[in-house]
Order: sequence, then C-alpha cells, then structure tokens
Amino acid sequence: MAQNDMNNTLLKVKDLKKHYPIKKGILGGEIGAIKAVDGVSFEVKRGETFSIVGESGCGKTTTGMCLNNLIEPTSGEIYFNDKQVSFRQKKDFQEVRKNMQVIFQDPYSSLNPKHSIQRIISEPLVINKMGTKSEIEDRVQSLIRLVGLDSYHLNRYPHELSGGQKQRVGIARALALNPDLIICDEPVSALDVSIQSQILNLFEELQEKFNLTYIFISHDLSVVEHISDRVAVMYLGKIVEQGTREEIFNDPKHPYTQALLSSVPVAKPKSKNNRTRIVLEGDPPSPQNPPSGCHFHERCPVKIEACKKAYPDMREVNNLHKVACHLVSENLSITTQ
Amino acid sequence: MEPTVKKANYYFPEKEKRKRKSPEWEAFKKNKLGVASLVILIIFCLIAIFAPMLMPYDPLAQDMLNRLAGPSADHWLGVDPNGRDILSRIILGSRTSLIVGFGAVLVSSLIGFGIGMIAGYKGGRLDDIVMRFLDSIMSIPLLLFGVMVVVALNSSMLTLIIAIGIGLVPGCARVARGSTMELKEKEFIKSAISMGASDIRILLTHILPNITGALLVISTLHMTTVIMVEASLSFLGVGIQPPTPTWGNMIQDGFNFVRDQPGIAIYPGIALIIVSVSFNVLGDAIRDAVDPHIKKQRN
Repeated sequence: MAQNDMNNTLLKVKDLKKHYPIKKGILGGEIGAIKAVDGVSFEVKRGETFSIVGESGCGKTTTGMCLNNLIEPTSGEIYFNDKQVSFRQKKDFQEVRKNMQVIFQDPYSSLNPKHSIQRIISEPLVINKMGTKSEIEDRVQSLIRLVGLDSYHLNRYPHELSGGQKQRVGIARALALNPDLIICDEPVSALDVSIQSQILNLFEELQEKFNLTYIFISHDLSVVEHISDRVAVMYLGKIVEQGTREEIFNDPKHPYTQALLSSVPVAKPKSKNNRTRIVLEGDPPSPQNPPSGCHFHERCPVKIEACKKAYPDMREVNNLHKVACHLVSENLSITTQ
Repeated sequence: MEPTVKKANYYFPEKEKRKRKSPEWEAFKKNKLGVASLVILIIFCLIAIFAPMLMPYDPLAQDMLNRLAGPSADHWLGVDPNGRDILSRIILGSRTSLIVGFGAVLVSSLIGFGIGMIAGYKGGRLDDIVMRFLDSIMSIPLLLFGVMVVVALNSSMLTLIIAIGIGLVPGCARVARGSTMELKEKEFIKSAISMGASDIRILLTHILPNITGALLVISTLHMTTVIMVEASLSFLGVGIQPPTPTWGNMIQDGFNFVRDQPGIAIYPGIALIIVSVSFNVLGDAIRDAVDPHIKKQRN
C-alpha cells in the first residue's frame, strides 16, 4: 500500500443505526425495537482491508448492507469519497452503489440460476450502460480471466460450476464496474478450507492490482488475521474495539475480544504457549432488550460496578487502537487469563 | 495486465454456444402420464384448429328424419333431438371450450401474475391492500361470478373470457406473490439491487424466469377450472347461446332424452372429461417436474 494513501479516507461512517420496529396488534403499534446496529462509527482508508468481526447476530452483516442502502439505515451519516450519501434520494445512492459492490456469503444463491455466466458478469455493465455490446463482451472476457477462470466458463450456468468457481464469478461481477470499495460479506465461509485460501489470495492479488478497498465481514478470525489491515469487533450492535490487526490480535484490550480470540482453534493444542481458553457463560442478550450499562457486563469475567451503570465511551488506547471498556478508561489492568 | 499466452482450448471451443438442458423438461419427459396428457391435449387443439375440415356434416344442419337416431355408419355418434350430427357438433364444440379456456387463462395470468409479483416484491402496505382486495374477489364463487357478469352484460365469448379470467386473478396473484416473496430474499436479487438494477428489470429478468414453473402449473390447472365453468354456464343456459355448439349446451340438449338416447349427453360429456382430466394431469406432471420436493413428500 502506498504511503501517501494512508491518510486518504474513502468511507466514513458516523453513528449508524438500524432499529427494526416490533409491531403488535392490527393497528401496528410499535412496542419496541430490535437494535441490530446501534451507533456504529468507523473510517475506512483507501486501499486497506477493514474487517468487521463478531458472533452471529451482532449486526455485522446489517452494518455492511446499510452502507449501500440494501437495508435502509434508521439514522446515521455515511460519507463516501468525502461526500455525504443521502439514503432518502434514490439518484444519490444509486451513484454510490456503483462504486460500492457487494460479494455475498453464499455463492449458491448469489448467482441467478437461469442466467449464463456471461450474462451474470455483463449484467452490471448492461444496467449501467457501460459501452457497446462488443465492448461489454471484451470486458467480460478480461474479467473472467482476471479471476482465474477461462472463457469457456462463460457459456456455462451456475449449477455447472463448483462453489469456488461460483465465488470467483461473484468477484468478477463485483469488479465489473471498477468499484472503489468492495463489501465482502463472509465471502469464504461457505467454501472448503483449501478453496478459502485460493479465494483469499485472489482478493489480495486484486487489491494490489486495482488498489481496491475491502470491508471484510467475517466471524472467522483466522481468515481475518490473514487478510485485514484493521479490525473492528462488534458485540450486540456496537463496536467494542477497533484497531490495527497487530494491536487487536496481539494486545486485545476488551474482555470480549480476548474471549473471542481465545476461541480460535490452534495448530498445536498441547503446546504450552497457547492462549488460555476463556469460556463465556450464557448467550448473547437479546438486542431488543440489551442489559443496562455495558451490554457485555452480564457475561464479562472482569466486570466492575461501573459496568452495570453506564455504557463505556470509546477510548483511545493509542492512536491505532480504540476500545469501549470501563476498565481501560479507569486504567485498570484487564487480565481475564 | 492480461496474459498474452494464447491458451489452446481444444475441448472447449470459445465460440461454442451451449444450449442449456432444462432439468425440468428432462424430468417431465420421464412422466408417462404427463406426456400422454400433453399428447391428448395437442390432438384436441389440432381438432379445434382444423374443425371445419374434420366435421363430417354441417353441425347446424337439421335432418329431422334422423332425429334422435343412435350411432350408425352415417352418424358415428348419432343425431341429436334437433336432427344435427353429434360428432360434428363435438368437434366444433372443442373450439369454444379451448378458446374460452386459453383466453380466460391468458387474461388471468397477465393480470394476476403482474399484480402478484409487484405485491410480493414491494410488500408492505401495497401488498396488504392489493391482497385484501383480491381476497374479496376470491370469496365470490367463480360460477356465480360468471353468471352475474354474463347476465349483467351479454353472453358473448369475449364476456365469458373476461369474466372467468377476472374470477381467476386472485388465484394467479397468490401463487406469483408467494413465489416472488420467497425469491426476493435470495442474494442474487440483492446483488442486482446493488448494481443499480431497476425494479422492473429485477422483476422481469431475475424473478420471472425463476418462477415460471410455478406459474405454468397454476395456469394449467386453471384451464380445467375454466373449461368446467364454461360448460356449466352453457349447461345452465347463460353461456354461449345456441345454436353455436358447446359441450355444455350439448349435454343440456341431451338432458331430456337421457333415458331413450343417453349418448346425446354422454359423448360431449366424455370429451369434456378427457380434456379437463388431461389438463389436471398435465398440471400435476409439471408440478412434479418443477418441484421434485413435493413429489417426494407425497410418495
């Protein structure tokens, strides 16, 4: 990554919220809301890979889908290329969508089964009227080679391809419009481990070639450790910790991050250098009715009195690392191990 | 950026256009009953199209001397109470049944599928309003609805087609809506949205091709309904008016002579049963081919 790109912010998200109303009765009165995403803020720099990790239901996918308005956010501000994106105006977000393509989790359902690969990859070009028929054909030919497939695949249909090949088609489709940002929603979790590494390498190659920016949504920490520049950890609709990969993986501050990292399977289970496994008790609380104070305090092994009262602010540990935890704010040492 | 090495594709010539083998069609071909019903229906369609050439007699000409005659070498299926050749009338009557059948199904499909897909895709309040309105149409029995419209307007073939067609719109809309709602959660639809595809484009190129199977099933099954309703209306005397032969009014003609000459009512009845059962079997066969899951559950 070029040094002068480091300070170039591509995407800035400020206090993004998505609340799903819970309606009851024939009049549809609102009796509450599921706070799937509850005040998420982050910045993504041009050319970097920003990962969002967290367990199922923490709102990481919802966050990703809110960015290009596939799910309309309840509130919050999103700046793309220093321009605020208005989610109420179709023309506005259609323009942004072109520069913000999505790669989906399930390659089996992300390709239209009735369309040939040729048609699937050319679809974004046709929709956005990018050139004549022969220009589009040429572009599709070069795209399919770019993702490591061959032109004979173009005449095939999705059911004739393997999972990894389908995901490559999905990547080619996302690249077709030359987007600045690609939102990868668990792009490898449906694939075999051997195929995962191929696809991850392809992601890295493409990033180098086109200076792409990725938002990488995943629950697989080993994948995240491999691919990310910076990482944000989400719990129950909020980011609890974010920082560079090295900071998060080597020096996690938030007890939740520590627990999460300790759950990663290791290569040599009997080695003495392994992290101790922290077992959290209970289930994640319901986002409809989160616990008072810090959302994590009911399961936190090191909670203090303050945790029950107020949600901790995001504090900077250093300029590469931010965390929302009372123990960090009060300079108490956090050792769950 | 591009590799300049030209790859040799001996086994997969680049320009080869491969035709997609439809798995549904392959599955359908294995169903003998389904194929048989399709063949029968094609034969009936051909009969309807070439009716004037196939009729041995003028279906309206009265030969009062042979009135109520049984089957003979001259009149294979006998002669009706007004001295007209029954076989000729059944052949011409197939036109009425099939034209009203295809016409009404076309009307209900065009309107119903359109409404259903839009309601299912848009969801929300629009969906609620449209579907409650269609439910209210559905609550009127189809036959009664047909009688009402025909009595209020007139009993031409066009009125019948429109009346029965509108009566079937709710059924079509329900199927289209359900299939659309199921499909719109798929990721390829979301991907199309994120590329900036318009709603119309998504409905026509992404959703419609993936639900044609379900739509074909409901349309085929509706053919049976339409043909039976048309025959019932004719039998009741409010459908296509005599002397134009329809299977329904032929059964009515033979009704008073059932004891002496049952064939007059039975032969058009048999034609009616063959066609409507064939459409039913065909519909089931298509359903099995399109959705093997259902078949597995049933067996």
